Amino acid sequence: MFDNILIWFVVIPIAMMAGLGLCRNSGIKAIRAVMVVCSTVLLGLAIWLCCDFLLQRERGVMDEMLHVGSWMWYAPLNIHLAVGVDGISVLMILLSAIIVFAGTFASWKIEPLPKNFFLWFALLSTGVFGFFISIDIFTMFMFYEVALIPMYLLIGVWGTGRKEYSAMKLTLMLMGGSAFLMLGLLGIFWHSAPEGGELTWNILEIAQNNCIDPNWQYMLFCFTFVGFGVLGAMFPFHTWSPDGHASAPTAVSMLHAGVLMKLGGYGCFRIAIFLLPQAANELAWIFIILTGISIVYGAFSACVQTDLKYINAYSSVSHCGMVLFAILMLNATAMTGAIMQMLSHGLMTALFFALIGMIYGRTHTRDIRQMGGLMKIMPYLGVCYMIAGFASLGLPGLSGFVAEMTIFFGAFQDADVFHRIFVICSTTAIVITAVYILRVVGKLLLGPVQDDHHLSLTDATWFERLATVTLILCIAGIGCFPNWINEAINHSFTPIINALQASVF
Amino acid sequence: MTYSQFGHMIPEMIILGIFIVVFLFDTFSNEKGKKLLTPLTTILFGLGTIAIWVTPASGEAVFGGMYVNDTATNAIKAILNIGVFIVLLQAAKWVNSDDAIVRKGEFYELLLVTVFGMYLMVSARHFLIFIIGLESASLPLAALVAFNKSKYESNEAAIKYIMTAVFSSAILLVGLSFIYAFSGGSLYFDDLAVTISQGQMSGLLIVALAFMIAGIGFKLSLVPFHLWTADVYQGAPTAVTSFLSVVSKGAAAFAFFVIFTQCFGAVYSDAWEWMMYGVIILTITVGNLFAIRQKNMKRFMAFSSISQAGYIMLGVMAGETLGLSALMFYVFVYVVSNLGAFLVINTIEEQSGYLSMDDYNGLHKTNPWLAFTMTLAMFSLAGIPPFAGFFSKILIFTSVTSTNSWALYMLVLVALINTIISLYYYLLVVKAMWISSDEPKVAALKTFRCEKVGLWLCVAGIVFFGLVPYIYQYCYDAVVNSIKVLDVIVP
Repeated sequence: MFDNILIWFVVIPIAMMAGLGLCRNSGIKAIRAVMVVCSTVLLGLAIWLCCDFLLQRERGVMDEMLHVGSWMWYAPLNIHLAVGVDGISVLMILLSAIIVFAGTFASWKIEPLPKNFFLWFALLSTGVFGFFISIDIFTMFMFYEVALIPMYLLIGVWGTGRKEYSAMKLTLMLMGGSAFLMLGLLGIFWHSAPEGGELTWNILEIAQNNCIDPNWQYMLFCFTFVGFGVLGAMFPFHTWSPDGHASAPTAVSMLHAGVLMKLGGYGCFRIAIFLLPQAANELAWIFIILTGISIVYGAFSACVQTDLKYINAYSSVSHCGMVLFAILMLNATAMTGAIMQMLSHGLMTALFFALIGMIYGRTHTRDIRQMGGLMKIMPYLGVCYMIAGFASLGLPGLSGFVAEMTIFFGAFQDADVFHRIFVICSTTAIVITAVYILRVVGKLLLGPVQDDHHLSLTDATWFERLATVTLILCIAGIGCFPNWINEAINHSFTPIINALQASVF
Repeated sequence: MTYSQFGHMIPEMIILGIFIVVFLFDTFSNEKGKKLLTPLTTILFGLGTIAIWVTPASGEAVFGGMYVNDTATNAIKAILNIGVFIVLLQAAKWVNSDDAIVRKGEFYELLLVTVFGMYLMVSARHFLIFIIGLESASLPLAALVAFNKSKYESNEAAIKYIMTAVFSSAILLVGLSFIYAFSGGSLYFDDLAVTISQGQMSGLLIVALAFMIAGIGFKLSLVPFHLWTADVYQGAPTAVTSFLSVVSKGAAAFAFFVIFTQCFGAVYSDAWEWMMYGVIILTITVGNLFAIRQKNMKRFMAFSSISQAGYIMLGVMAGETLGLSALMFYVFVYVVSNLGAFLVINTIEEQSGYLSMDDYNGLHKTNPWLAFTMTLAMFSLAGIPPFAGFFSKILIFTSVTSTNSWALYMLVLVALINTIISLYYYLLVVKAMWISSDEPKVAALKTFRCEKVGLWLCVAGIVFFGLVPYIYQYCYDAVVNSIKVLDVIVP
């Protein structure tokens, strides 16, 4: 079992928890050491996995999933612990590893109870990695829930503002989503094989059998898509996102907006659309409307907010809406864009939340009306904020441009009026994004200094620089060299597109 | 009848043996010797538990098919035994306190008698044996509930318990007499199963089944037969409350399953399917909604255990092998999670007298380990992975949907939405312990050796037995190899 590299993505976070368990509560140095060592190892492993994957594809290994492994777990119900990765999951694992790495440094001085904080943080990352490596819907669902519940304590204990309310709202809404999801998954399982065949939870086998009755597909598609859509902040189930993000501590916002919301998009893609292609073809329009509203509504809401975290939370709603929107276009180009947008948004939002955390740690306010001229006081953080902003509004050379460009290119391929209208409406979000980003940059970074106390503030420390530089390098890397991503995910769409086309009458 | 048939009743004989030893020891030992009563009973019971786990079931129906000892009954008895063992550990401190020490022999004896009754109930294949088991499991419990006899609440609780217990037994007996009439004079489960599968549906049978659901539903505190639960749980000594909430429920649930799916399985869709839909939905929802408002931890756990009973009943709707094994696994997980919570409540109540949820504010500052155990127990009860509660819930949901009927999917949807409500109130406890910024009320407590062992057992159960499928597999194999009602060959 342990000769499969993927298992280590779950084993290392568990080892991280065990290591933290051995530390004393006051031994902050030991705690940091454990976190840094483990998150670096994870990052190294993720990079190695990515390179290995690209090389294997180069060598012409065209299996749908690589590093496949499957071990029996609950035998009576044929539940396996099944793992495997394709290009998409490899990129998601890489993204998670980067953000866990950056998040460790962003919460360098977390107080109180640093040990407990990192314990829950490690549990969250176990869930995230476990979700991306699984190809068995039972284990996938389990890891999904493992990733959700630590949020309650992370926000509740270490958060700011109305933290108790936000933590409860976030947890209940996401768990509510997963209740619908569970029902969908049960339905998929009990229909996964033709009459008399062995039922299975394995995604690849279900897709191969492809025998779910169309009438059931409609119901199951709605359940699974809504279930994952809640986590993907789909309108009208997005309301947990602003409150949750605004109250969460820095590293948790980073991980949540950066990675956890991607679980939603990935799940819609991997389960709702891949396993239920016929329903996807026929019901996509409902969700296109909802995600279209998400995109525009999120962007408009961000324009009127004055709290930095609320602005970014609403911008996340808009950008994550774009991910789901692109997936629902059901063609390879738009889906490529969706994956790129997941990466781009993950890195960019993580950078945003890290910077907001750093600024808040110094000025003790997140209200943009009370700050100004920060560029003069902390030039390093100011420049980083600008870069993040430019990435968000889609400046060429940074990741946002590539992603959004691909999405709208792909989305425009559907030539009927309905799709055209929604695509055109959604593109307006790009302009609105520019409005709120430039408004924040103008008020926050430029202009006169609003508060004289701010003059004595210091610029970033070494660990903050490390966190931000990692993220900026990745953002620019994707923006300048998007091609390797394309290569990595190219073949991963083939089975999905085939399934979709096969189900069109 | 040959006396060798008693040799097949191994679990009952073990309990009876322990009972006799404890009784004689309690009667004939002097004051000094009585100190040894607690360790003696606990250790004997621990050994008995191990013995039941390791001895293979004889797999035979004895006394003309009135009683079976097969793998499934053996497995549920072994699981319940773990629960009783933890309750004994939990009670060790309390029975030696000034309030209870003079009657501590009685406590153990009454407890063992109820366990004996439950075993009979589980193994019964004839309604008379079943009734004897049910009665001997519920009447001594009333005495246990009244154990703090100087306390007003305890007495009130006992009166409430005995009145409802007697009333529900009466209803059950009326139901049985109807069944007796329907079957033409037999109360054997397998005779009944044959009669019912061949006979015509009649109004009499439906009324009889409604009465039976009411009668057994009382033991399980299903809504609308739950009204005694909160008051009794609150008034009874905490050790008795935890016994009531897990062990007696587990036994009744198993018996319910056997009676309804195997005996009356043939009239499932005609007679009792819709009754059970109503009862389950009501039980889960009402239990959850009432739990939200509770501030007293024991009342809180009472309503939480009402809704958990609803989830256990889902196993009955699933039927078949998958349903029973999921039900048994659920009982196991429920035993460790609920007892984990009760151990913490008990420890805090014993030493500081605090019982309200607000008193738990900031508990992690003074008692990090108790807070940690309580958090695990709450997460497990709410069904959060990677703890055992998640697996038990999912397995029971999976088995319910196995027939792919729309109605059952909707039932599962209601249950799933209810897990969100339950998550809310379980998180309230977690919030009080970890998030509340109030100064902690409870001072740093000392956990005693027995309580520590109990806490460790519960934590181990919660953390490992979801991730390791051993117990589920054990239950599944036990059910596969068990004797179904119609398999019994009457000699």
